[in-house]
Amino acid sequence: MSRFAPMVDEAIEAIEGAASLADLEELRPTLLGKKSALAGASRSLGAMDPDERKAVGRELNVAREAVEACLARRLDSLRVDDRRQQLEAERMDLTEVRPDLRRGHLHLVTQARDRLEDVFVGMGYTVAEGPEVETAWYNFEALNIPEWHPARGTFDTIFVNLGEPEEVMLRSHTSPVQIRTMEVTEPPIYVVAPGRTFRTDAADATHLPAFSQIEGLVIDRGITMGDLAGTIDEFVKAFFGGEIESRLRPSYFPFTEPSAEFDISLPDGGWLELGGCGMVNPNVLQNCGIDPDVWQGFAFGFGIDRLAVMRYELDDIRELVNNDVRFLRQF
Amino acid sequence: MRVLLSWLREFAPDIDGDPVELGETLDALGLAVEEMTVTGIGLDDIVLAKVLDLRPHPDADRIQLVDVDIGDGEALQVACGAFNMAVGDLVPFAPVGTTMPDGLEIGRRKMRGEWSNGMCCSARELGLGDDHEGIMILTDVVGDDTDPGTPVVSVLGIEPDVLWDLEVNANRPDAMSVAGVARDLAAGLGVPFAHPDHPVDETAELVGSLALVEILDPSLCGRFVARVLRDVTVGTSPTWLANRITALGMRPINSVVDISNYVMLELGQPNHTYDLALVPDGHLRVRRAASGEHITTLDGVDRTLSAIDGVIADRDDRAVGIAGVMGGAATEISEATTDVLVEMAWWDPPSISRTVRSLNLPSEASMRFRRGADWGENIERACRRFAQLMAQYGATLTAGIVDERGELPDRTPIRLRPARINGLLGTDLGADEMAGHLRSIGFETAEAGDDLDVTVPTWRWDTSTETDVSEEIARLHGYENIVPTVPKGEMAGGLTTYQQDRRLTRQVLVGAGCDETQPMPFLAPGDLVRAGLADDGVTLTNPIDASESVLRTSLLPGQLKAIAYNQSHRTPAVRLFEIGHVYQPAPAGQLLPDEHEVMAVAIAGEEAPAAVSVLDVLTDALALPNVELRATEIPGMHPTRCAEVFIAGTRRGAVGEVDPDVLAAFDIDGRVAWLELDLERTLDGPSGRRTYRRVSKFPSSDVDLAFVVPDSVPAFNIVKTLNKTGGELLVSLDLFDVYRGAGVPPGSRSLAYRLRFQADDRTLTDTEVGEARQACIDAVEKAHGASLRS
Repeated sequence: MSRFAPMVDEAIEAIEGAASLADLEELRPTLLGKKSALAGASRSLGAMDPDERKAVGRELNVAREAVEACLARRLDSLRVDDRRQQLEAERMDLTEVRPDLRRGHLHLVTQARDRLEDVFVGMGYTVAEGPEVETAWYNFEALNIPEWHPARGTFDTIFVNLGEPEEVMLRSHTSPVQIRTMEVTEPPIYVVAPGRTFRTDAADATHLPAFSQIEGLVIDRGITMGDLAGTIDEFVKAFFGGEIESRLRPSYFPFTEPSAEFDISLPDGGWLELGGCGMVNPNVLQNCGIDPDVWQGFAFGFGIDRLAVMRYELDDIRELVNNDVRFLRQF
Repeated sequence: MRVLLSWLREFAPDIDGDPVELGETLDALGLAVEEMTVTGIGLDDIVLAKVLDLRPHPDADRIQLVDVDIGDGEALQVACGAFNMAVGDLVPFAPVGTTMPDGLEIGRRKMRGEWSNGMCCSARELGLGDDHEGIMILTDVVGDDTDPGTPVVSVLGIEPDVLWDLEVNANRPDAMSVAGVARDLAAGLGVPFAHPDHPVDETAELVGSLALVEILDPSLCGRFVARVLRDVTVGTSPTWLANRITALGMRPINSVVDISNYVMLELGQPNHTYDLALVPDGHLRVRRAASGEHITTLDGVDRTLSAIDGVIADRDDRAVGIAGVMGGAATEISEATTDVLVEMAWWDPPSISRTVRSLNLPSEASMRFRRGADWGENIERACRRFAQLMAQYGATLTAGIVDERGELPDRTPIRLRPARINGLLGTDLGADEMAGHLRSIGFETAEAGDDLDVTVPTWRWDTSTETDVSEEIARLHGYENIVPTVPKGEMAGGLTTYQQDRRLTRQVLVGAGCDETQPMPFLAPGDLVRAGLADDGVTLTNPIDASESVLRTSLLPGQLKAIAYNQSHRTPAVRLFEIGHVYQPAPAGQLLPDEHEVMAVAIAGEEAPAAVSVLDVLTDALALPNVELRATEIPGMHPTRCAEVFIAGTRRGAVGEVDPDVLAAFDIDGRVAWLELDLERTLDGPSGRRTYRRVSKFPSSDVDLAFVVPDSVPAFNIVKTLNKTGGELLVSLDLFDVYRGAGVPPGSRSLAYRLRFQADDRTLTDTEVGEARQACIDAVEKAHGASLRS
């Protein structure tokens, strides 16, 4: 048993009894400082003979180390307590936060349009745009729909009070952009033209007088109706998923010949009509100064709003123009 | 166009099979099936009932009580919601226990306390037509001596049949007839098609002595055939004929009108009947109307014609019909009619289209003429069919036809290059296969070396070019047999810079917490004025609604309406944005409006600085060059809280708050911060360049300067001066405090800026920083009447 054991026990008792870091700091000099009992013992070593000094010195070192170790442990322990107390004082309920950051929302039609553009850009198309107020030339005549044509009636056109009667109108389809593109672009042409179109449909759950379409136009050498069918299929798979099939059915549009409707397959085995398409009528190419003996192409078009309606199973298409934030913030 | 299977089979008896599969064949031929109905089934229990008594229901106004005899001589009471019966009428009756074609089971039940022992039926309830306005009255059809209790299927000659409602495209005049659909379907199925023979005897009397036709305008009328029938009696049509035209959507009227319609539906040849006695000398003259000429049409309406309309006039040049559109009242068939002149003509489709449009008078006849009727032997065939059906009523056909011609379409053969067709369709068909497809629908082909000379039949007016013919080949080859390929051209896709920047703008605004709106661009008259803007919007000729008759010149009214809408639905604080077109009135010498794409941000419940913050973020995101705000008054905006936005020296928009009066006019509570930018011109204009500036490794020094500045001096001017004076060394400048109050003279405010000076090649000395500081103070004080606040 070391002769310093009582001294060490007394020191440890004092350390354990220190309640705070400050107490401990106060205690340290009295235990290990110059005036401490251990320092006194150390000083008394000088008066001893070498053998005794060696033995007592070793015991003294052990005692000092024991006190220092205890002090260090207590220090750590008090620091941890101290930190815990501080942090406890900072405790927050993260569910009582009032967020001051709120993201906005892109309109559903924008989201659908962007996705469509991205798919076609990926297929090598650029994006063309044109005015919403158009002349009869761009909306009808250049598209092989002369003034008397029965097809004109089917467009339910909204006319604008400019020029001669029925000379200026809100475009009833995006096809005028075909003409505007061909007028200023040398083939080959690979474009899609999304945009707003207008018809005299009163707004109800399934109709809007202003809605969005996207139009595609390809003019190149040796383009065939097989290319049209393949392009529709490639788009359908990229946009709706690889398991979706497409098909063409004969139809009629004055600006394409042959013309077709295109359908996509439904999970129940049925088909859903998506849009119209066809090989660009040579008259249309000629109207744009493109030689139909050299260039051939196809065009297609379909509604954008309808895709949004289908995707989210909207039961009232008017939500797309109501601008009710309770609707807009859902997407 | 509706067609019945039984009727199709009169032209192609081998058309047979599952109705659904036949419908798919029609679809694949381009005759899209909109609806298919199996008719004439489930009617075995329906019997004729004689109405014995009608009396009001004691407790209900909308139903009456009817006693009927269904063959046992007893009075059977039923309650009935229709009131078109009279005592003695024969009506179709479903006794208790009947299952109707739609699956409804008829039981004995009490209606408001009175027993109903069965049901009197409408045509629609039996699947025999569209009429659901009343009970089907059969007295005239079956004769009033027919015994009650007789099954309706036997007295009406009803047999199971299939009815298809087809969508016929504008380029398919042929398919506006039963025969035409039969021809296509037979070709699609690979079975024979032939017109049945309907022989009819002629009397010795020559038509030439009874009728004379003159075509004065050959561009209007390509062909006018007239025949005369004598001994005509006007009666009721036989049930089979009435059933058929009913099934195809027309209402039986009398034997002459019904037969006229029957021939039109069957052969696609509209026709018109004149009471010969009312046509002086049987003389008809075909010409354009005089502008302002009047005619009373069959429907009793007096109509004013214009010079584009075609008319049929009589000997005395009085108009007796509008060519191809509607007959006149003056020569209408009546009970007294004995001799009928029947007109079968071919009218110029554009002329008919124009008249239909200008008179707003669509009809079954004009619908066929404007697509281009058949000018060939179908006209003679239709005449014979008409006479043969009329003969059943004792009518006799005089000998010969009057057949006048005007200008008819050119049917010179079209040179068809099979290589070119294959190159268009992506097929590999031989010339013989193409010829086979074409011949199956009545096109004539002749070999011409490797090519084919194709004569288009007279029933395909719209088909006139090699490309038109290619569609026929594709149709009969089958679109489903065209092998999908993709274009071989290599193209680099992509968005334009504008389109990319526009997407970035949207993303930035969404990041700034704004929800994207897309109102329709229509405004009500007065909306622009309510928004404080000029009332010179472009207007619509035929708006859907008067409240949507003006095109917007600004996004402001639409956004304010959106805010008001949301506020009225208890969402007061919305942050909205829109990117869309506006339409300024057309500049002189230009037809179309000045249309361009603009952007607007509307923040409800916030003051002007909220909008300026959004502009700052956009300025940074889009690297807009040299953005400057110039305070001025702007229509629609708060007069003392708005500024024009100048970008690179050009006005591109406005920022601030909406005028409180405007907000009140739109029923909006609180303030609305507003930012609008002419996005198209901003992004198409000069763009700022982002240049790299090395991040300095040397310490920086901050200097805080507070200036007392008169309110008349925009803070932006102080910033400009500080930036100019600080030069390269001034690396950042922040306005960190604005103060008005004690210690600052009225009419001024204190603007406190933190200036950070730094060089990228050395540590600035205290002297250098001190000099820069003093230079900034001097410049601001001198230029703006400001003073350093001590």
